[in-house]
Amino acid sequence: MVRYGMAALSLVVLGSTIAIHQPATAEAESPKIKASAHLYDTYCAQCHGVQRNGKGVNTVGLSVQPRDHSDTAGMSSLPREQMVKAITEGGASVNKSALMPSWSSVLTPQEIEDMADYLIYVCKCHQGQ
Amino acid sequence: MKAPVLVAACATIAVLVFAGRPAAVDAQGVSADLTTQCASCHALTKPANPSVDRLWSRKGPDLWYAGDKFNRDWLVAWLQKPTAIRPGGVMWFTHAKPGEPHDTLNTGAVEKHPVVDAATAERLADALLQLKSDGLVPDGAFKPEAVNMTMGKMAFGKLRGCVACHQDQPGQGGVSAPQLYDAGQRLRPDYVLAYTKDPQQFDRYVWMPKLTLSEPDLQRLTGYVVSLGKENK
Repeated sequence: MVRYGMAALSLVVLGSTIAIHQPATAEAESPKIKASAHLYDTYCAQCHGVQRNGKGVNTVGLSVQPRDHSDTAGMSSLPREQMVKAITEGGASVNKSALMPSWSSVLTPQEIEDMADYLIYVCKCHQGQ
Repeated sequence: MKAPVLVAACATIAVLVFAGRPAAVDAQGVSADLTTQCASCHALTKPANPSVDRLWSRKGPDLWYAGDKFNRDWLVAWLQKPTAIRPGGVMWFTHAKPGEPHDTLNTGAVEKHPVVDAATAERLADALLQLKSDGLVPDGAFKPEAVNMTMGKMAFGKLRGCVACHQDQPGQGGVSAPQLYDAGQRLRPDYVLAYTKDPQQFDRYVWMPKLTLSEPDLQRLTGYVVSLGKENK
């Protein structure tokens, strides 16, 4: 019985380890939000962080701190069209860092539009709109 | 009833974790090794259906253009003594840990490449160098005489932001992408130029984005990248 308990505990620990890599905001959400979260993990999280807080693994080499997408106050001042432009054309196009590249070669226009919606979702900015 | 199910689940996970891991490769039957052992982790032909999910599920980088990409001497040496090229493995996210002051990589968990003996390394290198991209890497595109190395370093670091994802010196630069501090030994200049010019030609979904780079930009970036590590050769 104890062994079975240990096995169950191992699975819980394993599940928790896997869960730590999942964005906390992607639970039980719409397919569109989940799809954008997956793209965010693939392309954005390396700089913007697995927790969307601007603390990605690459920030060790960056001279500029990436935007914290979990910052409700900071993100609320960012117009949606500016998000789309920054993702599409890169940070320099909106007078921000050139270290943020253009993602138009990787993401489709629709995926970028959906990503802007996802960012608004992540920062909980929609609650004030 | 539940206990056997749990035990079976654990066993299944263990099988999935270790499935496909190549065993040691010997000098016999290199062609067979390429199609079986190497192919268990690497795409040796251009994937018919590239996707984001393929990037997450593959176990090693694509080698279907290895002949355009690698210098033979480096390949032979590396196969005998493999070192980490991508600090977080082929998909960095799977080894990322959230934390302060920033996320980190669990580099110790990155699976190591199998080691081969010298004779096998020579034969594998020869076989890999037969794999070509069919025109994506034009010979002679890189013009070394036109390169200003100072401008190349500046473009890599500040102007074009390559350093955000790539290290040009050990411990200096981003860690999600392949390190480039031995790129001069590892990579062919024409490949560096072609890949930098349009990474999506090689994989529509790969996370290195296509930048708007002028021809002089491409030349100076390539010149800088292929200068890296040569002094240590």
